[in-house]
Amino acid sequence: MGDAALPADLLRADLAIEYPFNRTTGPVIGAFFTGLRERVLVGIRGADGRVICPPVEYDPVTSAPLTELVKVGDEGTITSWSWVPSPRASQALAEPHALAMIRLDGADTALLHVVAADGPEAVATGARVRAHWADEREGGVTDIAYFELTGEHEGTEA
Amino acid sequence: MTAATSASFQRAPRDVAIVSVAQSRHERAIVDRNEVELIQPVIQQALEQVGVQKGEIDFTCSGSSDYLAGQAFSFVMTLDAVGAWPPIAESHVEMDGAWALYEAWVKIQSGHADTALIYSYGKSSPGDLPHVLSRQLDPYYYQPLWPDAVALAGIQARQMLDAGKITPERMAEIAFVSREAARTNPNAQLQGSAPVAELLAADYLSDPLRRHDCAPISDGGVAVVLAAGDRAKRWADRPAWIRGIDHRIDSHNFGARDLTVAPSAALAAANAGVAFDKVDVAELHAPFTPQHQLLVDALGLGDDVSVNPSGGALAANPMMAAGLIRLGEVANRIMSGEVDRGVAHATSGHLLQQNLVAVLEGA
Amino acid sequence: MTDTDIYGVLPEALWSQPEIDLSGIAEFDGVEAIQRVRLPASITYDYIPGLAQTRFLRGLAQKKILGERSAQSGDVYVPPRGMSPAEGLPTSEQVELPHKGSVASFCVVHIGFGTNAPPTPFCSALVLLDGASVSVYGPIQEIPYDQVRIGMRVEPVWVDDDQLAPSFESIKWWRPIDEPDVPAESLKGHM
Repeated sequence: MGDAALPADLLRADLAIEYPFNRTTGPVIGAFFTGLRERVLVGIRGADGRVICPPVEYDPVTSAPLTELVKVGDEGTITSWSWVPSPRASQALAEPHALAMIRLDGADTALLHVVAADGPEAVATGARVRAHWADEREGGVTDIAYFELTGEHEGTEA
Repeated sequence: MTAATSASFQRAPRDVAIVSVAQSRHERAIVDRNEVELIQPVIQQALEQVGVQKGEIDFTCSGSSDYLAGQAFSFVMTLDAVGAWPPIAESHVEMDGAWALYEAWVKIQSGHADTALIYSYGKSSPGDLPHVLSRQLDPYYYQPLWPDAVALAGIQARQMLDAGKITPERMAEIAFVSREAARTNPNAQLQGSAPVAELLAADYLSDPLRRHDCAPISDGGVAVVLAAGDRAKRWADRPAWIRGIDHRIDSHNFGARDLTVAPSAALAAANAGVAFDKVDVAELHAPFTPQHQLLVDALGLGDDVSVNPSGGALAANPMMAAGLIRLGEVANRIMSGEVDRGVAHATSGHLLQQNLVAVLEGA
Repeated sequence: MTDTDIYGVLPEALWSQPEIDLSGIAEFDGVEAIQRVRLPASITYDYIPGLAQTRFLRGLAQKKILGERSAQSGDVYVPPRGMSPAEGLPTSEQVELPHKGSVASFCVVHIGFGTNAPPTPFCSALVLLDGASVSVYGPIQEIPYDQVRIGMRVEPVWVDDDQLAPSFESIKWWRPIDEPDVPAESLKGHM
C-alpha cells in the first residue's frame, strides 16, 4: 500500500473501513466460545460419530442438526502448517510464528490457530502442541493466545 | 451417493458460444484509472470486435468484490461503463466473473436472452490483498486470527508435500513453465522466469511457499460477449461453443477437508464432460503452484494437454477476473483455429473452495 | 403478521435448532452461556480516485466546479466520473460550470448524523447547476428550512480561501440568491 508511484497530480488518501460487527453465536458456537472463556475446549459429535472441532451446527455430510457437545483436549497434533515471517498488526502473535491446523486430542477434524516457535525448523507436521490461554478471556478464538510446542511428536514416546 | 455416481453430463438445449474476449494489460497497480475508467475500454473493445451496439445485448452480468478497494456497491458505479440507460437487464455476482458468465449462460439457456455481455475486474492495489482476503473466511473461527491468504495456501501446500503429491522441484517447474509461457501473452504481468535452480535457492515467502509459488497481485479486468445459435455464427467466424459447464463447492470448513484433493473440481469436470473427448488445451485458475498440480490431477489432464499457455494466474491474477480470463484464453485459441477443444477452470474462495469447469469447442 | 405468527405457521425446527446437550461437561455447570460476540474488523485502503474525480476535486481547491460533457448526448455530468453513463463511453470535454443553480429537490433533516452536519432541523438539497444535466448534493443555509422550495435559485458558499482543499467540503453550503424561481417543469429529468 502506498508504494506505487503516482502521476504527479493524482490525489490519494487513506480510506479506513470499520465493520463493528456484533454477532449472534447460536447455541453451538456459543458453547465453544463459552468453553474458551472457561478454559475448556469442546467439539460436537457428527452423524458418523466423529468429533468435529471447532463444533458446527449441522453435519457436513448429512446436514442433520448436531447436539452432543463433547470435551476435547487442550493438547493436539499439528496436521499442517506454514510459517508467517512478518506478522501483520492484527494477527494473533506479533513475532514470527506458524499458522497451523491442529487436531485436538479427542477430535477428528482440525482447528486453525497460531503456534509460537523460534523458527520454521522447530515446527513439523505431527508435532504436539498445547493451548496457551490468554490472561483475559471474553469468549472467542483469541482466548487461546497461541499454541506452544510441547517438544513431543505424534507417535513417539514423551 | 458418492461424488462419482452423481456426475451426469447432459448437453444443454441451446448452443451458446463465446464470440468476443478483451482484457486489460494486467499490472501491479493501475493508479491513474478508477474501476470504471479501467473496465470501460475493455468492454468497448469486446463489443467493437464483433461490431455489436449496446442495444443488441440482452443481458449484462458482472463480477467484482467491494472488499478489494473498500467501496460498498462499487459495481453500481461501474455500470456507467455499459450505458445502462434506458434501463438494461443486469445482474452482478460478488464472485469471479466466470460465475457471472455461468449466470448469463443459464439466462440464455432459459430463453430469456440470446446475447450477453459479461465483465469482471479487480483492483487489489488499494489494499493489502492477502490481509483483505481473510475477510472471506468464517467470521467466528477463522476471521479473528486474520490468517493471510499466502499462509493459508502454505498450509495446503504442506499437506500436499507431506502426502507426496508435489515436490518443491515440481512447484518451481510449474512456476517456471507458466511464466516462460507468458512471454507470448501481451496482457501478462509477469513474463519470463529465472531458472528452476535459482528459484529453489530463494528464501521462503511463507514456508513452504517461495515467492515464485504465488500469483502476483494484479489490477485488471476482462470482458466477454456470449451469443446463442445463429447470432453467434454471425458475430464470429468460429465461435467457441460452450459444450459443458458446471460449478461445485467444497466445505468452507477446511479443517474438515483433505486439502490435497478438490472433489468439487473433479465433479464439475465430470459434469462438464471434460473426459468425453481429447483435450487440446486447458487453462487452470491456480493462484499457487501446488494448486496447479492438484487441478491437473482433479481434471484428469494427460501429459499431451497444453496447460496454461497464457501463463495462467501465476502470470497475472486480477481478483474476480482471473477465472473469466481462463475462459477467454481458451475461447481465443478456439476462435483463432489454433485448437478444437479446450477446458477452462475458475476458482473462488481460499484453497480451491469453489470450482467451475467449462468445455469449449470449435464445432 | 408479527414474527411470532410466522414462527407459529412454519414447520417445527425450521427456525430453531434442537437443544444442545452439554451434560457431559462439568465445566459448563452454572456458567453464563455466551450468545453474542463483538467481532470488529478494520481495514485501511489507499484510495486513489482516478483521473476525472481528481480533476473535479482539484478544481474545488481553486473554487472551480468542473463537469464533463458527453460528445454523443451533450449531457454534462457533475461530479464527473470520466464516463457518460447513458452511453457507456468516456466523456470528452471539460466544462467549467457557473456558481448558480436551482433546487431540484430537498428534504428537511431532523436527525443529523456525521461529524459535519449542521444543527437540526436543516434542509439538504439536490442542486442543478446551470448548464449541468445532473444535480449535486448539499445543505441549504441562510434561509429558514421551511422556506426552501423546488425551483429556488441558489449559489455555493465557499470556505475561506486559506481553507480551500481538493474536497467537496470546500463548499460549506448553498444559499438563496435574489433571482426569480425557475418553473419546476424545467427541472424534470434532472433530479
